[in-house]
Amino acid sequence: MAAEGGQDGGSGYYIQHHLQNLQVCRVEGEWVWNDCAGNFWAMNVDSMFWSVLLGLIFLVSFRSVAKKTSADKPSRWQAVVEMIVEFVDSSVKDTFHGKSKLIAPLGLTIFVWVFLMNLMDLIPVDWIPGLSYLIGIEYMKIVPTTDVNITFAMAISVFILIIFYTIKNKGITGFIGELTMHPIAPPTKGAGIIAAPLIIAFNFILESVALLAKPLSLSLRLFGNMFAGELIFILIALIGWFQLPLHFGWAVFHILVVTLQAFIFMMLTIVYLSLASEKH
Amino acid sequence: MDINIGTLAGQTIAMIVFVWFCMKYIWPPILTAIEERQEKIAEGLAAAESGQEKLVEAEAEAESIIAEAKRQASTILDQANARANEIVADGKNDGVKERERQLTAAKAEIEQETNRAREELRGQVSAIAIAGAQKILEREIDDASHQDILGKLAKQL
Repeated sequence: MAAEGGQDGGSGYYIQHHLQNLQVCRVEGEWVWNDCAGNFWAMNVDSMFWSVLLGLIFLVSFRSVAKKTSADKPSRWQAVVEMIVEFVDSSVKDTFHGKSKLIAPLGLTIFVWVFLMNLMDLIPVDWIPGLSYLIGIEYMKIVPTTDVNITFAMAISVFILIIFYTIKNKGITGFIGELTMHPIAPPTKGAGIIAAPLIIAFNFILESVALLAKPLSLSLRLFGNMFAGELIFILIALIGWFQLPLHFGWAVFHILVVTLQAFIFMMLTIVYLSLASEKH
Repeated sequence: MDINIGTLAGQTIAMIVFVWFCMKYIWPPILTAIEERQEKIAEGLAAAESGQEKLVEAEAEAESIIAEAKRQASTILDQANARANEIVADGKNDGVKERERQLTAAKAEIEQETNRAREELRGQVSAIAIAGAQKILEREIDDASHQDILGKLAKQL
């Protein structure tokens, strides 16, 4: 399987090649493919393609059930979909006690979508890149969640929702108060009032870090796990025929990681949003 | 592993669209179906329970009806037996009476007939006796003067 790597530059090249996204960017008024290193205005076409494709698979397959749901005679696929929906619904109900039409569908979308994107990791690392190489596409990274942009975009969306829910439920003053009045309450009277700005500044630094850590940890956890898993698949693919049992073993273990990471992403989203809408 | 705006924006837009679609067209119908089914199951269980209760009630009722019917049947049977005995006894009585009546009637008739025959015979015998005596005596015997003797004779027959 390391044949490609063997062509020019050995295993180092092989690994690098597998970790390179198919990119497009605009340089000096022209569309440029794959020469976009460090260019902020680029796009990872392969990540986007697979991410949207898997999202559409999720939507279409679930929509097919939603269109002809029947309470009396559920088909097998309906039973599966309902199981997932009920699982997400009970997770949301356990954690989130407010009323929101958004959070449960958001959790479902995140769970299934991330799960499908992670699942691409189980396809042997050379199959689709090999095929696309044959039709002239040089780079093809098929696991969108190993692209930090993808996980970061999702985490940022969740982050924006966190801020939105905080302001919606606690008001703009409540949001600012949350950032400045914790964890040390600044004194409001007496001689200590001189120290209040200092304490507020201290609180603000601490709470901002805590707030920003939410999307960062959310995205980097998923990215880190999937990237590491993908890297190990690539390393296993380098070792010749002995890769088969190793690949199998790692894939079996990875089924757990794939599901767990999707669940964690969903669960943390729900937890963050329920914290944002909770009144102290 | 560079950060680039194209992927970030693209993925964010994709996510917004997917979540919106899921919220609008996937989540509500599926959850409605689930809740509807849960309701139906609860209803079904309740119906089964009430059915069970009704069954127990019905069984008790049926038992009491059967017992009542048995009691009535035995009363009717007793009554019928008594009536039958009565009828048989009546029949026997009637038979005996009828037999006696017919016997008496037959006896009376026989007696009557006997008497009648006797009378007739008596008449005929006295006539024959007179005719015989006339033929034998021919001459002197007068019907009227010997009537008392002939009457006595006829009575002895």
